[in-house]
Amino acid sequence: MFSFIFRAIHGFFYEIGKYFLLLRLMIARPEKASMYWKETMRQMNDIGVGSLIIVCLIALFIGAVSAIQFAYQLEGTFVPLYYTGYIVRDMTIIELAPTITCLVLAGKVGSNIAAEIGGMRQKEQIDALEIMGVNTAAYLVMPKLIAAVIVIPMLVFLAAIVSIMGGYIAAVPTGMIGHDAYVLGLRSFFDPYNVFMMFVKALVFGFILTSVSSYQGYFVKGGSIELGRASTNAVVLSDVIILLADYFITLLMT
Amino acid sequence: MIRAVDIKKSFGDVEVLKGISTTFDKGKTNLIIGRSGAGKTVFLKILVSLFQPTEGQIFYEDTDITKLNKRQLIEIRKDIGMLFQGSALFDSMTVEENIRFPLDMFTNMTRKEKEDRVNERLEVVNLEGSNKKYPGEISGGMQKRVGIARSIVLNPKFLFCDEPNSGLDPKTSLVIDELIQQITVDNQITTVINTHDMNSVMEIGEKINFLHMGKLAWVGHKSEVLDSDNQLLQEFIFASPFLQRLRDKALGK
Repeated sequence: MFSFIFRAIHGFFYEIGKYFLLLRLMIARPEKASMYWKETMRQMNDIGVGSLIIVCLIALFIGAVSAIQFAYQLEGTFVPLYYTGYIVRDMTIIELAPTITCLVLAGKVGSNIAAEIGGMRQKEQIDALEIMGVNTAAYLVMPKLIAAVIVIPMLVFLAAIVSIMGGYIAAVPTGMIGHDAYVLGLRSFFDPYNVFMMFVKALVFGFILTSVSSYQGYFVKGGSIELGRASTNAVVLSDVIILLADYFITLLMT
Repeated sequence: MIRAVDIKKSFGDVEVLKGISTTFDKGKTNLIIGRSGAGKTVFLKILVSLFQPTEGQIFYEDTDITKLNKRQLIEIRKDIGMLFQGSALFDSMTVEENIRFPLDMFTNMTRKEKEDRVNERLEVVNLEGSNKKYPGEISGGMQKRVGIARSIVLNPKFLFCDEPNSGLDPKTSLVIDELIQQITVDNQITTVINTHDMNSVMEIGEKINFLHMGKLAWVGHKSEVLDSDNQLLQEFIFASPFLQRLRDKALGK
């Protein structure tokens, strides 16, 4: 029993150590800045443009459902109906846009990163880069991280706007709430600090999902089963760490 | 020249290499041969510093690479070319982009200079006109040749080949062997080939290192194989009855 607990703790710290070692190796002067720039642009396109549709779709429906739900809950109460716009806006900005978007991106982008890097490891492409004299930790991970921390906050911002629009589309034309009431709600009690918090969350979550997924792919060993496992672990671990980080950021910033 | 001094390597309790000392000469095709599990791949990976030996030293000319830090290793690796067993070409890049990659990463050559160098290397490996094809669109033998072209594009001093003939038919294997030998002689580089292809041994084995169970069991030239009284080597090289008959015929038995 004790040996099992000891092994589990040892394994945990071993993995944490390896993760930070990868991050440390990543911080190095690029062999050729132009090659890193090119790779970063490619990643920004893959992560950003490649995720636009899914992020917008999810944000649209979350906004729509939230608006309908709150309009329904507030009906017949002393709380004015225009609060629907206010609640949808703040809920979206503070929580739903950064967290849900990044959980979705952990599934889409995270698994993709783990599979891409893990596949390169299995096909000896990482060894080939090492032999050429390329710092593989830097070349394979850094462009993804930089791309993610730039593009993911943009996606989250877009998700927030689409979500609020989704609330409007679902609640106003259906007559659940009037145009003026929804807009009044959106304009009421606005605190720009919440937007700042949204960007902090997006930045941190973007870093987590990219670095954790890269780590899972970079150290993959074995065949296709292990690669699949690494891809799944990338998503599950990213999700858990994002949720933990969400809790601590909220605790610290509110 | 590359010199390995008393190389030992263990994975946990398993001792894979048990003290190998040998040299790999410049301008020659140096072979590492042995049965599966003899430690060939581990030895080759130690030679290129993908693995660290448990004990021992590897000298590239006078530099002991086992003592180098990551940064120094990256510098010395610019003098190394390596052909991997599965070619290790980047799937999302064309043949041309694959070969150009080291030039893009490490040189300040102009676009035209890079294009000329790539075409020149493609000519060396007889793949002119394949520039725009993707690795998935060409055969295994062609992929190996692209891998060779990429590994020599920066004019390396040391070339390593891991099972260059695996998965290839005998005729294509011969083409690859001749190509590697020609490149070695023309550019006077130190080439180390890890193989268990007997045709390669007898065709291009200028210095053969035979490993058996983690130890160096025999070293010699291809012309010495037939007359060697090393039982392990004879059993390995002439494993099939067909090859045994050929050997006996050659020796007039």
